[in-house]
Amino acid sequence: MKSRSIPLREVYVWEMPVRIYHWVNALCVVALCITGFVIGDAPAIAKSTEAYFNYWFGTVRFIHFVFAFLFFFNFIFRTYWGFAGNEFARWNNFIPLKRGQWKEIVDVIKVDILQVTNKRIGSIGHNSLASFIYFLTFLIFLLQCLTGFGMYSAMSSAFLPKMFAWIVPFMGGDIMVRQVHHILMWGFILFSIVHVYLVFYHDYIERRGITSSMIGGWKFIEEDVIKRHNDKTENRPQL
Amino acid sequence: MESNQPSFYEEARRDGVSRKDFLKFCTTMAAFLGLESSGVTQIVEALKTKPRLPVIWFHFQECTCCSESFIKASHPIVANIVLDKISLDYQETLMAASGYQAEEAYKLVMKNNPGEYIVMVEGSIPTENEAYCCIGGRSALQILEEAVENCKAVVAWGNCASAGCVQAASPNPTGAQPVHKVISGKPVINVQGCPPIADVMAGVVVHLLTFDRIPQLDALGRPKAFYSRRVHDTCYRRANFDAGLFVESFDDEGAKRGYCLYKMGCKGPVTYNSCGIIKWNDGVSYPIQSGHPCIGCSEAGFWDNGPFYQHLPDVKGFGIETTADKIGLGLGIATAVGIAGHAIVTNIRKHHEIENIESTVSETNKE
Repeated sequence: MKSRSIPLREVYVWEMPVRIYHWVNALCVVALCITGFVIGDAPAIAKSTEAYFNYWFGTVRFIHFVFAFLFFFNFIFRTYWGFAGNEFARWNNFIPLKRGQWKEIVDVIKVDILQVTNKRIGSIGHNSLASFIYFLTFLIFLLQCLTGFGMYSAMSSAFLPKMFAWIVPFMGGDIMVRQVHHILMWGFILFSIVHVYLVFYHDYIERRGITSSMIGGWKFIEEDVIKRHNDKTENRPQL
Repeated sequence: MESNQPSFYEEARRDGVSRKDFLKFCTTMAAFLGLESSGVTQIVEALKTKPRLPVIWFHFQECTCCSESFIKASHPIVANIVLDKISLDYQETLMAASGYQAEEAYKLVMKNNPGEYIVMVEGSIPTENEAYCCIGGRSALQILEEAVENCKAVVAWGNCASAGCVQAASPNPTGAQPVHKVISGKPVINVQGCPPIADVMAGVVVHLLTFDRIPQLDALGRPKAFYSRRVHDTCYRRANFDAGLFVESFDDEGAKRGYCLYKMGCKGPVTYNSCGIIKWNDGVSYPIQSGHPCIGCSEAGFWDNGPFYQHLPDVKGFGIETTADKIGLGLGIATAVGIAGHAIVTNIRKHHEIENIESTVSETNKE
């Protein structure tokens, strides 16, 4: 039997709201990409019939709109939690303003992407590169909401979509808004592929329980990493 | 304003239009403009009492299809008067005068009606080299700047004057610009379309005369009464769209049954115009009703967002006919290959971490 014994500590990293946000977001992205694809390139399902008997395309669009609202409010909530959540969920993780974060980005590129050096990355939540990529995805989320609700605003008199009506003249017309919305969808797809792969990769290499941490919230962190973390954050609550 | 100018009504009566037809026209216009029934009286009053609008009508880089459209209005009273009598003012295509007399007529309009005359523009203005469009030895830009200085408002007819249309399409050799990009300080009404619907053009003129102010405009300068809804949202084939019934090719059964033209590249979902409601040629038909997808002619840059028969525009810089989907799929495959490579390299280079023999743990701890 293969086994190992190393000093580990369980750390509660992802609070319940973060986990709920994550899975709602995942559901929304999957639903929106599938329905978005169907809307953009409609399959020939119904044929030789009258419009009176069908509404499947309208239903697909309806599902897209419902998930769009869910996605939007979920995103708003996560932004709020970036100010209210624990230290791993805070906004300052996501924007590399400190020298240490840039240093860690370089380290992660060397260790995990190019694999030219071997070194343990000392972050407990997201590493700095991952956080920065998430920040970029948040920008894509924002643009996707702007363009999506911008297109929606012309057929709605509701307050929320109307707030986004300005994006259409800003981008010169619906054609460009639609094109940008379509291109950004590919950003979501590419991100998801890499995201899932990297979760597999990190669990395979580090065995900190990264996959299950998004279910239960807890990670197994090496004691020396915890010690380094506590040294850095002396004036804050210790783990 | 000069009081010796006859009103629209007087001109129309002189041309043999009956009072009944005149009232029909006023009622139609009120309906197009979305006015309540009292608005009809206002229009009748205005057209009977107010003198005809003094108009200078310029043709710059264009094909005159806007003028062609205007004379095909279902109730051509305004069009007839504006275009027939405009020869007294200035309209390059239709005026009888030429040379010195023409220039004189145009200067007279500006002199006699300061702050009152309307400048109507067909066509875009070259800015790359102004010599691309010169009339009477002066460039389009010079002429326009002079005419606009004392005008009341500017009406930009059609896509050329509103957004540059085909002249401004990539690579835009003349540096063609729409009116609102080259002048400032005056209200510009963008009456979009290639050409605009005749009744929309008449509606704008009637509105200017009746209410003495420009109609309510959207953020792109188009009159809201005519451009606030998508062709798609007012299309009689819309039920087929929601039902997922699409024409797959121009000669299939769906085309015969009048299914939705979405998959034939119809730009109705991204185009704001009144084609689905007012239609063309006295309400006879409009492109979609005739079985052809909308090409989006009332949207800026519709030439560059082609092809006409493909819903998703081509992405520039990736060769001919490359859509966002093709690029996305390519990047997706590249990502998958990259991931496979990374996974293989990981198994080789991170062998120690994966096996993680206890003795190596202390080694990594030392680092």
